Amino acid sequence: MRAVAKGGALGMGTAGIDRTVLLVVPGALFVILLFVYPFLYGLFLSFAPKQGDLLANYTKFFSTPYLSETIATTLWIALPATLINVGVALPIAFRLRRSTSMQRILTGLLVVPITLGTVLVAEGLLTYLGPQGWFSRILMAAGIVETPVHLTHNYWGVLLSLVITGFPFAFLLILSYITGIDPVLAQAAATLGASPAQRFRHVFLPLLAPGLAIAFCLAFVQAFSVFPSAVLLGAPAGPTRVISIAAYQAAFEDYDYSMASAIAMIMGAVQLAIVVVVLAMRGVSYRGPAGGAKG
Amino acid sequence: MSAEATGTLGRPHRWLEALWTGLVWFVTAFFLVNIAGVIAAVAVNSFATRWLGTWLPAGYTTRWYAAAWDEFQLGDVLIATLQIVLIVVAVSILIGVPAGYALARRDFVGKRFVMLLFLLPLLVPPITYGIPLATVLYQAHLGGTMTGVILANLVPTIPFVVLVMTPFIEQIDPRLEAAARVLGAGTGRVFVYILVPLLLPGILAAALLVLVRTIAMFELTFLTAGPDSQTLVVALYYSVFAAGVRAGQSVDAMAVMYMVTTLVWLVVALRFVNPTQLVTRVKDQPRAA
Repeated sequence: MRAVAKGGALGMGTAGIDRTVLLVVPGALFVILLFVYPFLYGLFLSFAPKQGDLLANYTKFFSTPYLSETIATTLWIALPATLINVGVALPIAFRLRRSTSMQRILTGLLVVPITLGTVLVAEGLLTYLGPQGWFSRILMAAGIVETPVHLTHNYWGVLLSLVITGFPFAFLLILSYITGIDPVLAQAAATLGASPAQRFRHVFLPLLAPGLAIAFCLAFVQAFSVFPSAVLLGAPAGPTRVISIAAYQAAFEDYDYSMASAIAMIMGAVQLAIVVVVLAMRGVSYRGPAGGAKG
Repeated sequence: MSAEATGTLGRPHRWLEALWTGLVWFVTAFFLVNIAGVIAAVAVNSFATRWLGTWLPAGYTTRWYAAAWDEFQLGDVLIATLQIVLIVVAVSILIGVPAGYALARRDFVGKRFVMLLFLLPLLVPPITYGIPLATVLYQAHLGGTMTGVILANLVPTIPFVVLVMTPFIEQIDPRLEAAARVLGAGTGRVFVYILVPLLLPGILAAALLVLVRTIAMFELTFLTAGPDSQTLVVALYYSVFAAGVRAGQSVDAMAVMYMVTTLVWLVVALRFVNPTQLVTRVKDQPRAA
């Protein structure tokens, strides 16, 4: 911008400007070749089924309960997980909004489960939550339950693994939005007699709404594409047969790439639909200036 | 709402607040204790001789590490992981930093489109685009090869570097480069003596973040890897998947090796970056507003 003018004044000429812009080409080309092109290719491939007409894959998906039910199964895991993660992360992030050593320690600790990833968390949870694991043992020792709780190889194992990796993600995301809000605004409200609850409700929440909506969308999209923990920690043949398992099996067990692409497109469409709904709701409920964090 | 602000309700309000604070801390502590439990369970089991129906194992041994190393051919897996991760880091820096520079310094037609192009691979989850991507790579006979794994892993990391570097470069004063040019430095010299030293902290942070993310990237590697291009996390998945074939302790020994690899780099990375940068793909977006 300013550099353009300066470059011209320094006698670099228009050629120099163009050369700098060209630096973006390799990166953009790479994304087009290996992200946009595969997506479009997959879209076209999904309409070229092994047998049948143009929409054969899609009609097969929606008329076969074994396939179409994966959407409900995945939503039934992903929506509660997202609600828990965002709902619990919000008050904790709000409490830690001031930059203290507590905030640094906690954020440092919470990146650990994200960094370890779902595969390791699944393996750890298999031992920890298993019938012989410490979790059941502590509950039994405390007299809360009498027999071990069944939390692995079913719905709960997958939900808990999504909370373990998804909660820190939601927390760090929301924290970065909250710390972007100028604390002076809340101080002004306090001076005018607003209680902490009122400050949260009338100052922070409206400013936080766009960030919360984005955090919800990102957390949901991640939870909806759950794969390793649904296989390792869930019951991949039944209650946790999520949509990504169906897509994987179509591609790598049936070698039906056309069907696999169709399922991937449906997966993307459901994610997009939820994101659109959440962002539309935000548009209805939100009344302040967009991104006006510094008022 | 207005009643809450009056003094008459002040006291129960304070009591409720203390309860709320207590609850928030209780949930946080409960979460952290369980995380610690998950990690400790893996670590303890990897050293256990036998662990059935008791609080702690009957005895301790280190033999599972040697067993895991041989059974899972971890030497080969680690070398493959190292190669893949290093190439991914190097290529994403080489392509991502110049692109970030162009986006930070120039306005051009279609800039918003290019920004969107770099944002999308970070917003769409890997498993969703990974399946069409793997299909294309297999058709190009790159599926199952090291090259295929590297290409797949670059899809999210190049945009990640671009989006970390763009705001970083924007805050560097363009007059420094202009001054060097006035003093007669060519593009090459400006790059080596002005830009690289100024960009180094940002490049280092971006490289470490890409490193940590690539070691832990399961989905894309899983969908594109062949037998000799598996990374540690994919090998771990297969060994957990085939649980029962081998002793649980040797799977956990491998899990511990994976944890150590990842956490060492995480600790290094945290010396240079803010933890929130690992998740907020667009660095400090709200602060810039």
